[in-house]
Amino acid sequence: MEREMKMSEKSYILPNPPTPNKAVEFNPDICIGCNLCVDVCPTDVMLPNPEKGKEPIVVYPEECWYCGGCVEECPRPGAITMLHPTQQRISMNWKRKDTGEYYRLGMKNPPPPNTRPPSG
Amino acid sequence: MSTWHEYIQATGKLPEWPYPVDYNKVNEVVTDVLVVGGGVAGLQAAINAAKKGVKVAVAERGHAKRSGAGGAGVDHWHGAVTNPCSKVTPEEYTQGCYDSMAGWTGGHVRYIITRESWDTLLECEKMGVQIRDVNDEFKGANFRDDETKLMFAYDYRSRHMLRIWGYNIKVRVYEEARRVGVDIFNRMMVTSLLNEGGRQGNRIIGATAVDTHTGEFYVFRSKATIIATGGAGRLTLFSPEMTASGAMSDMNNAGVGQAIGWNAGAEFVCMEASGPGRLTGLGYAPYSMGNAGNTFHGTPIVDADGKEVPWVDPFGRELNTVEDRFIPQDGQQFSLGIGIGISRTNKEFGLNDITPDLPERIEKGEFKLPLYADLTRLPEHERRVIFGMMVGNEGKTRIPIYNTMTRAGFDPDKDMFQAPVMPLEGYFNSNYWSAAPNTPSVVRMLGGGGFLVDWNLMTNLEGLYIGAGSTLFGGGCHGESHTTGRYAGRHAAEYARTAQEPVADRQQVEAERTRAYTAVKQNKGNNGWKEINAAIARIMRDYCGRHKNEMTLNLGLRLLNELKTTELSSAYASNPHELGRLLECQALVSVGELAIKSSLERKASNSILDFHRLDYPDMDPSGWNKLLPIRQEENKVVVRELPLDFHLKAPYAASYEENYQRYA
Repeated sequence: MEREMKMSEKSYILPNPPTPNKAVEFNPDICIGCNLCVDVCPTDVMLPNPEKGKEPIVVYPEECWYCGGCVEECPRPGAITMLHPTQQRISMNWKRKDTGEYYRLGMKNPPPPNTRPPSG
Repeated sequence: MSTWHEYIQATGKLPEWPYPVDYNKVNEVVTDVLVVGGGVAGLQAAINAAKKGVKVAVAERGHAKRSGAGGAGVDHWHGAVTNPCSKVTPEEYTQGCYDSMAGWTGGHVRYIITRESWDTLLECEKMGVQIRDVNDEFKGANFRDDETKLMFAYDYRSRHMLRIWGYNIKVRVYEEARRVGVDIFNRMMVTSLLNEGGRQGNRIIGATAVDTHTGEFYVFRSKATIIATGGAGRLTLFSPEMTASGAMSDMNNAGVGQAIGWNAGAEFVCMEASGPGRLTGLGYAPYSMGNAGNTFHGTPIVDADGKEVPWVDPFGRELNTVEDRFIPQDGQQFSLGIGIGISRTNKEFGLNDITPDLPERIEKGEFKLPLYADLTRLPEHERRVIFGMMVGNEGKTRIPIYNTMTRAGFDPDKDMFQAPVMPLEGYFNSNYWSAAPNTPSVVRMLGGGGFLVDWNLMTNLEGLYIGAGSTLFGGGCHGESHTTGRYAGRHAAEYARTAQEPVADRQQVEAERTRAYTAVKQNKGNNGWKEINAAIARIMRDYCGRHKNEMTLNLGLRLLNELKTTELSSAYASNPHELGRLLECQALVSVGELAIKSSLERKASNSILDFHRLDYPDMDPSGWNKLLPIRQEENKVVVRELPLDFHLKAPYAASYEENYQRYA
């Protein structure tokens, strides 16, 4: 999602963004800042936002092992999404057998979701 | 907003550490049984000790609800040989494991696992884990027993490996631990075990820890202690920017259990064993690409033109039908699954697989890259059980693979899942996502070695028990962790009932406390934990890699020791999180020392341990077919010799059954 940029915006001295960049992403419109995801993360990938009720801050994305526990713990579906690093997203490819079309995780115009839930 | 960078740019302020920090505070916890590590093994140990009526505390590095290598789920359970449908006995299964490793695995631990694995799973069922096809989703499938509704994996004839719906298993075990009154202490970086009288080799009477949220110090005093920690994943490779979602174990796997055991005087065997680091995470996210191994066993692999690659039995004979892929063939007793800590399998216990000469056949032009996993060629039950049941319940698949892929539109009924495009030798192993050639040959992982235990799963140190998958000689996979934890919990509780009150040695505690907080007092411009970890991994790759000799091993030891007095001792931690990671680096150095010192003692190359001494190049010479238990006494190495079948020799009985009856 693009944000509106002001041309007069200040630049700061910052360390490079980490790799992977964020591991998980919050939707501030859905997240209520309950920090249940923060509490169960085995490696403290994210920490509570100093402002109460706001989404947590992803501080140590390179320590994430992508178990998805934070997503399972979340009481507000859609508030938190697990993101494979780009180097893995470009590796997850599939081909539709009858049309020969190629797809990948993270592509621009993805096919409609397969809504069948997992077994159990 | 999600990231720290966004927050800084939006507010212009550095967020303060969110938890109250007090590096001076000391907390004391007194308990009957202390469990170090709150993964599936540790919580099973805690539950089973608590059921015996003793007071139990767990010191967990992360948060016990979802932590540990088994914290993200499991889709199949090995060694359930006493389930009502199994055609394999505990003796046969144990012998299959033992013979496959030519004796280089703890036979007594294997036997305990096979005797109790099914009972352990039944207890998980009572906790709320689905282990049967109760919804009749797979009614009529040839891998399902219609009476018990149990579902079998990999070997549909022998029926000792079960498919289960374990995506929530850790949560259920955690809830049970809470229900039976276990005290769980989360965010505990355990720094040492306490010995009676403060002396290495004496009875274990507790442990010390640092809380990685608050920085507070903890002294646990316990009558009995169980180590239930994971492996040392960060010892030989530290590259989180690369491994990321390919990781097979999380960052907390720093060999802390082995380190504190070694420093307290516990005995280890086979720590000189290592192997290629195929599963280090330098491949692709587990189960995220087309393949035919493990969870995807039986999946048809086709080439770019849709030509199918043949399946063969362990003797290389081509299989004609899909059904054959799941049945042991002529000359086979039964199949052993992979991932159970058995690094090699005799052909009579092997699994059917994609033909191993695929690399040459691709090179000759018979098959054209890229390859695909074509699940559409399978009968509906097989397709659904692989992508739907197993991918969906296995560790790290519910959210990371099943939900992620299906939301992106992947449909196993219509789509072919692409395999990695990689150097051809990578197609030798059908677990293509592990992509062997992506991991440089210098990266090796410790494998197979661990704490040496008796038939009670107790170490040489009084009061110290082990229940774990990867730190125990003879341990294995997910189910093995539950089962050994359960057994160790019972035995530790029995011991604790009559054991004397633990009295911690004040000097030992104070010395440990001083050591633990060194990093927060250093110059803020000094090295941080990541740089130190990378250096440790480099030393281990260079000096304890595939080829070793006395000189290079000693040089490696010297460098590890030097690090302790230079870059590591001056490294800085700006908050309790970084402090925890630096203390893990201290643990890694201890495990590195243990591996190198074990390597120095084995003055012979060994094919099963994948151990290559350039100064002793003869492979498997006579006279070296023995274990070399190693421990520290007054910080000096003490080594003895032990036959591989020590578990069936005096003071033990001569048969597995007799010993089990005597000790279980």
